[in-house]
Amino acid sequence: MLTKRIIPCLDVKDGRVVKGIHFKNLRDAGDPVEIASRYSIEGADELVFLDITATIEKRKTIIEVVRKTAEKVFIPLTVGGGIKDVEDIRNLLNAGADKVSINTAAVKNPELIKIASEKFGSQCIVVAIDAKRKVSSKQLAVSKGIKSKILKWEVYIESGTKPTGLDAIQWAKKVEKLGAGEILLTSIDFDGTKLGYDIELTRAVSEAVNIPVIASGGAGHPKHLYDVLTKGKADAALAASIFHYNQYPIKKVKKYLARRKIPVRM
Amino acid sequence: MIAIIDYGAGNLRSIKKAVENIVGKNVKISSDKKEISKADGIVLPGVGAFSPAMKFLKEKNLIETITDFAKTGKLVLGICLGMQLFFEESEESLKTRGLGLLKGKVKKLPATVKLPHIGWNCIELKIKNEKLKIAKDIKDHTFYYFVHSYYCEPEDKNIIVATTEYGIKFASIIEKDNIIGTQFHPEKSSESGIKLLKGILEKNAYKKDNTLS
Repeated sequence: MLTKRIIPCLDVKDGRVVKGIHFKNLRDAGDPVEIASRYSIEGADELVFLDITATIEKRKTIIEVVRKTAEKVFIPLTVGGGIKDVEDIRNLLNAGADKVSINTAAVKNPELIKIASEKFGSQCIVVAIDAKRKVSSKQLAVSKGIKSKILKWEVYIESGTKPTGLDAIQWAKKVEKLGAGEILLTSIDFDGTKLGYDIELTRAVSEAVNIPVIASGGAGHPKHLYDVLTKGKADAALAASIFHYNQYPIKKVKKYLARRKIPVRM
Repeated sequence: MIAIIDYGAGNLRSIKKAVENIVGKNVKISSDKKEISKADGIVLPGVGAFSPAMKFLKEKNLIETITDFAKTGKLVLGICLGMQLFFEESEESLKTRGLGLLKGKVKKLPATVKLPHIGWNCIELKIKNEKLKIAKDIKDHTFYYFVHSYYCEPEDKNIIVATTEYGIKFASIIEKDNIIGTQFHPEKSSESGIKLLKGILEKNAYKKDNTLS
């Protein structure tokens, strides 16, 4: 039976793993290769590196990080952040990444999804969608009870700072048609809150497409992963902070899920 | 030397590093006829798509090189797409012929499940463990990492070592003499994958004293 995937995400800046909230108050958290191999030993099903290096001169550091990781870590590695064109994709894949995740560039130039998936195969093209509810923050606070039919989500780009006017569900369908192999779906509203994933958003996207959906943004407790993998119909759950500081090590999260009959690789 | 066949589709570094991890530095990524013929074993990796891969092999005049190599009895290991190329034809590209090393077809997984089939799934052994030629220590129900939308349907069911279920039960490990295929990616399957790869290479291409025959 195909298991649900648990995927830790590492924010990488200038070749180092950093931790912070909403990309602020960043502090050094260690060497990406070391952390990646530790997560792999602990039972991570895949890994995601999100490159948040700001300067163009330092962007080559991620290639070196990927090269070193691929020598030691034998689970799938996805790299996202700042990918603009086929050349960027090729460089990351050649360095040893198994998949790349494209966000802003996919919205600005949807043709890139098509070209890249034809060239390298759909399986290595992940489209990241950052989505935000079209309701006020006040409504959001009480929205846990709102029925999904009245909910709409807008796609944002450039690290969640720029609205695009695109509807997240429609965009998800379009990227599937263009050849994306998976969707990495992040809720801007829930990201960093530790209140749980946006279940309605995840379910709406998961039901709209026939490719795997990785849920992201909001995990603070193993229960949140359980919810998004059941009610949210996600195929995989991505999380960052709950795996940090060993609050909920991956094994513990997987045991929690296994006890509740979620198929996971132990 | 183990030669990993390059069909120009990117990321061969993962498989190279995994094989190096087992046999040491004597691993080459190659699309050179001579080099491939001299290898102790070849790996057809799992990157790209059926038609472009066959087209590339044809342009480089490698089809005969590979089929001749298979006749020598030395290891031919196919991973994912590499295993699919062993067969005669694929629904992925009806006009393109495969290598034809094995009789059978490559078909698309049913539309009742999400495609691609991505993630960790387990195998069910069809051949009793002690009789396994491929690698003695494969355990039933081990999880491996899959990424594919097509599966192999060999004509001769006896070559199926293990199956996996996703919408349908399909062959996830096959073996016919020196030709071995895995639909999953051992090089991405953490410890269990590396262990399997080690078993295959040790048994078929690489001697325990760390020299290649």
